[in-house]
Amino acid sequence: MLGTFIIIFREVLEAALIIGIFAAATRTISGSRRWLAAGVLVGLIGSALVAASTDAIGSLADGIGQELFNAIVLGIAVVMLAWHNIWMSSHGAALAASASSMGKEIREGRSECSALFLIVGLAVLREGSESVLFLYGIAASDEGGQSAMLFGGLIGVLAGSVVGYGIYAGLLRLPVRWFFTATGVLVLLLAASMASQAAHFLIQADLLPSLAAPLWDSSALLSEQSVAGKLLHTLIGYESHPAGMQLVFYVAALISIGLGMRLAGSQQRLARYAKPAS
Amino acid sequence: MKHLLLILLLLPLSVFAEDEVYSLLIKEHRFQPAEITIPAGKKVKLLVENQDATPEEFESHSLNREKIIAGKSKVTIYIGPLSPGRYPFEGEFNAKTAQGVIIAQ
Repeated sequence: MLGTFIIIFREVLEAALIIGIFAAATRTISGSRRWLAAGVLVGLIGSALVAASTDAIGSLADGIGQELFNAIVLGIAVVMLAWHNIWMSSHGAALAASASSMGKEIREGRSECSALFLIVGLAVLREGSESVLFLYGIAASDEGGQSAMLFGGLIGVLAGSVVGYGIYAGLLRLPVRWFFTATGVLVLLLAASMASQAAHFLIQADLLPSLAAPLWDSSALLSEQSVAGKLLHTLIGYESHPAGMQLVFYVAALISIGLGMRLAGSQQRLARYAKPAS
Repeated sequence: MKHLLLILLLLPLSVFAEDEVYSLLIKEHRFQPAEITIPAGKKVKLLVENQDATPEEFESHSLNREKIIAGKSKVTIYIGPLSPGRYPFEGEFNAKTAQGVIIAQ
């Protein structure tokens, strides 16, 4: 039961953290709650479908279909997170401050809602399909003790969700000034961490060179299997044995999204200064 | 996305190198053999066949690999190049019994 709890908790935790952070980051956008719920629901249905077609996906592309699938899902999520952060840099101040342009913001918020839907849906899809497969394995085995193990899994889902809700509630308590900076930084790190994970799958599929494997070994310092290691893995992309190429992807994502945010932010400031003159 | 997939499908042809192939079986939630010796400094191809009816996840933090293998199916996992040493791996879904190690030398 404890083993089941830990495995399910680890899977759910990752999705819950992503959802918690992104739900907080998009809370000012009208209709975002509905899109979030839709994302979770579609993600759950999707994870059952992906779990059921594991064999079919895995045997695609000469046995590397699973890696390609994961890399593509992660790649889409990175683009969506990047787009969100850049969009927030150009609209965030307006969203927080002005009520006068609300009509416009809501309309523009619609594409932001599809980003929310996709990011939540893909997070649930990725982590959910692994959980479904694992639980299916338990349910199908004839070793007995299934109900205790499934119960452990259920507690794992609850515990993971509580942590996800915790980060959401914690972020909402921040003063508005810090709130946008904090969610911006967290989303940026999530995107970089997913870019590194996408690189991990492309290396595993032998589509990318590892450059150096591992670049370092910090497993004695902080194991990825520990709760702290898992938390840091999701939040900032910590890995105990990363490949050099993963670091390249990580830094490239940080720099390019950071630059995009800066550019969008300065354009917005320019536009604001230009307005009173007209 | 279909186009992207097609492009990605062609990529393996460009790195068509002769990799050494090793077979690994999963049977009754155990790896056979539980110990595989591979040459250090070389990339190898691991063919993993899951003979159980239930899915398994091949996972190793030291190898930086994770891959789900559906019940009654085969997958490919590329490993290395590794520096000499022991690299434990496990079947995450049945970690009590599914333990193995790759030795690079």
